[in-house]
Amino acid sequence: MPNKNPNAQTHYVAALEETPVETVDRLDESQKARSTWADAWDAMRVRPTFWVSSALILLIVIVALFPSLFAQVSPRDCDLGDSHSGAEDGHPLGFTRQGCDIYARIIFGTQASVTVGLLATILVTFTGIIVGALAGYYGGVLDAIVSRIGDIFFAVPTVLGAIVLMSVLPERTPVTIALVLSLFAWPQIARIMRGAVLSARNSDYVTASVALGVSKFRILLRHVVPNSIAPVIVIATVSLGTFIVAEATLSFLGIGLPPAIMSWGNDIDAAKSSLRTNPQVLLYPAAALSVTVLAFLMLGDVVRDALDPEARARR
Amino acid sequence: MSQTVIEPVSEPVNDGSGLAKEPLLQIRDLEVGFQTQRGLVPAVRGVSLTLYAGQTLAIVGESGSGKTTTAQAIIKLLAGTGTITAGQILFEGRDLAGLSEKQMQDVRGRLIGYVPQDPMSNLNPVWNIGFQVEEAIRANNVAQGKAARQRTIQVLQEAGLSDAQDRLKQFPHQFSGGMRQRVLIGIGLSARPKLLIADEPTSALDVTVQRQILDHLGTLTRDYGTSVLFITHDLGLAAERAEQLVVMYKGKVVESGPSQEILANPQHPYTQRLVAAAPSLASRRIQSAKNDDASGADIYSGGSLDTTLVARAAEREPAAEARDLIKVQNISKMYRIRTKGLKYNELLAVNDVSFAIKKGTTTALVGESGSGKSTVAKLILQLESITSGQIEFDGQDVAGLKGTALLKFRRRVQPVFQDPYGSLDPQYNVGNTIAEPLLAHKIGSSAERQARVRELLDQVSLPWATRYRYPSELSGGQRQRIAVARALALKPDVLVLDEAVSALDVLVQGQILNLLTELQTELDLTYLFITHDLAVVRLVADNVCVMQKGKIVESASTDEVFDSPREAYTRELLAAIPGANFEFGR
Repeated sequence: MPNKNPNAQTHYVAALEETPVETVDRLDESQKARSTWADAWDAMRVRPTFWVSSALILLIVIVALFPSLFAQVSPRDCDLGDSHSGAEDGHPLGFTRQGCDIYARIIFGTQASVTVGLLATILVTFTGIIVGALAGYYGGVLDAIVSRIGDIFFAVPTVLGAIVLMSVLPERTPVTIALVLSLFAWPQIARIMRGAVLSARNSDYVTASVALGVSKFRILLRHVVPNSIAPVIVIATVSLGTFIVAEATLSFLGIGLPPAIMSWGNDIDAAKSSLRTNPQVLLYPAAALSVTVLAFLMLGDVVRDALDPEARARR
Repeated sequence: MSQTVIEPVSEPVNDGSGLAKEPLLQIRDLEVGFQTQRGLVPAVRGVSLTLYAGQTLAIVGESGSGKTTTAQAIIKLLAGTGTITAGQILFEGRDLAGLSEKQMQDVRGRLIGYVPQDPMSNLNPVWNIGFQVEEAIRANNVAQGKAARQRTIQVLQEAGLSDAQDRLKQFPHQFSGGMRQRVLIGIGLSARPKLLIADEPTSALDVTVQRQILDHLGTLTRDYGTSVLFITHDLGLAAERAEQLVVMYKGKVVESGPSQEILANPQHPYTQRLVAAAPSLASRRIQSAKNDDASGADIYSGGSLDTTLVARAAEREPAAEARDLIKVQNISKMYRIRTKGLKYNELLAVNDVSFAIKKGTTTALVGESGSGKSTVAKLILQLESITSGQIEFDGQDVAGLKGTALLKFRRRVQPVFQDPYGSLDPQYNVGNTIAEPLLAHKIGSSAERQARVRELLDQVSLPWATRYRYPSELSGGQRQRIAVARALALKPDVLVLDEAVSALDVLVQGQILNLLTELQTELDLTYLFITHDLAVVRLVADNVCVMQKGKIVESASTDEVFDSPREAYTRELLAAIPGANFEFGR
């Protein structure tokens, strides 16, 4: 190769064939269009964790909807003679102290646990998004009032507050548990939403839209909320797992679902008396609970990484 | 590969003049790549350059040309996943590319100083200035203990902070941008390095401050015999401050040599393009007619800037009789700034400003940061309320417009903002972005809106396929064209362009100015052009208002302001433009 060093005193010009000049600022039309969500989907799609957790969640939801497809034995068909019997044909996990089939109880208990988790998450997310967005966007007195109310609920631990409320409620169903849990959990989502809205509200594209004549509420709906929702979705997926745990905690303490409703929490509660003699009675519902929570946490993790470009770059 | 056989590093290079002297810095066939998900992306592809002791060399190029990456490779501070994949960086005969991190620490600061680009983010806000300068002095073993404190004061004084002793305990937020850059220059030179790398040291500063800083930097480096490696996008600045010039394009050196010679006689088509597009004071409309030949046509994509402007200049004369579309009378804007407790300080951002804009013309509002020019834009756009005075649009007082009257006004006066990255919603594709004003004002059916989007994309010379793109996929220039298209969607009469081309590379800037000029003739638009860059004003404006500290200090036609400025401040602004009096080869 010839001496390409542009020597200090000479005027060096690169050969034109080596440095072809393109038209200024041309659009590369060959590329595919991409949005944040499409990018996020691409980032999630390549991760095995995403597929494993999604498959698990899908399975759990199907079990919750159609438990009878998975268990032929009735969970209420209990025979005290089978009390604490081990696994046998048709009863893969053995029997509880009451002589009920453990496997069937877990399958039929899914519904209550998942209902509480999903319902509470949906309630909390919607309340949090609406309240947080309004407070952050309109600010002023509304923000001050809403934020202080949020702080009051924030100061009460969710489970503690739920214990107090549940003990005075006349009726305890999955729906009431979800309502009580979301009553104490919405301020967290609202805070995150408010923070995200505050930063999106001051962005140039919002100012541009104001000047274009777009109405204030429409800007909130069409620009501010879509740009602030990502962190909320992440927290929502994670909190789904914690709501399922909270239901189990309340049921274990005896103030969750009544014993007549099958749930993992009730099963764990019932198993505590036979823990020393027959630990598997406790083990199986606890494992079902753990796997479900783990699946949602894993999904939340993947979603967070996909929506946060910095986390993606670190991988 | 050619770079496998490399002569002993200490061999002196013959510079062709018969004198053999050792270069201070010699880069040979440097290649730098960034590791991404799609593999190694090359950023610097075979760059070679030589810098002798005491010389000043400028690397010029657009964003993405690899100029900053080259500079960062020298001190091995490449961002993220960047790695040097081939080539040598010989500093006093030693190959820096092969040094360990520990050895590099000794080189950085002590032998090679670095002045970063952004003075706002490169000082740690939680430590006072004295601490940060002293830290650099200690780290480079210039002095320790009490002597270090003494040296800190000395360094700051040398950097041009006369009351350095009192300022040691102050924090970065108490310093102006220019003062912070002086501190950074002081840190960069504190260990008396042999080479100072200055990466766009003044791009974030006002022109008058820029001139002071560069003059000072020039004096310091001349006194110490320091070589300087400038990274800049500003050809005028390079022409004025550097003896040697390296022009980079897409990671390659396209032209290098003595700067005066290159700029007077550019050889490579890319350099020719750059030189032709550089808006300097020397680029008058009348003179630029020279460029109107066949070669000019393929240098620009989409028509030559200069020819359009010549045509515009000719058309301008009869249009002079038009009526005033916007009339601003004695407007003021007061901001109340909370100080301690419940007390307020009053800040008069706009002070008794009056001007008028005739239909179909361009008025430029020029001033440095803090002069109140953007506030005037916001007041005219009704994004902020005026404290006193009157704004008339088409014979109607616009202050306090509400509801449908305000909507009607917004339809006719549209803004284009400075930052093409921030002014488009990242979640909206281009088609929806451009259609948004139509939707907001409930204009047309879905199909009609689509047709309008198509027409608008065509007007800003973007293909129809662009409508499915998201802002993150587009370049700065393309985004600004989208912003212009969105502003034009409602067929407004007035565009308020708030620093609309300031963030763009010079070629793209030329393209957008060209586009704006074409659109103005085509659609009879009136522009209020807000900028800090007088050189751009020269290219597009009919009238100029110069603002300083909230007041208009001079207001006249463009030619008058440039040829015979009346006010000292205007003269100062004009003189501070880098390369103001340099004759570019065109």
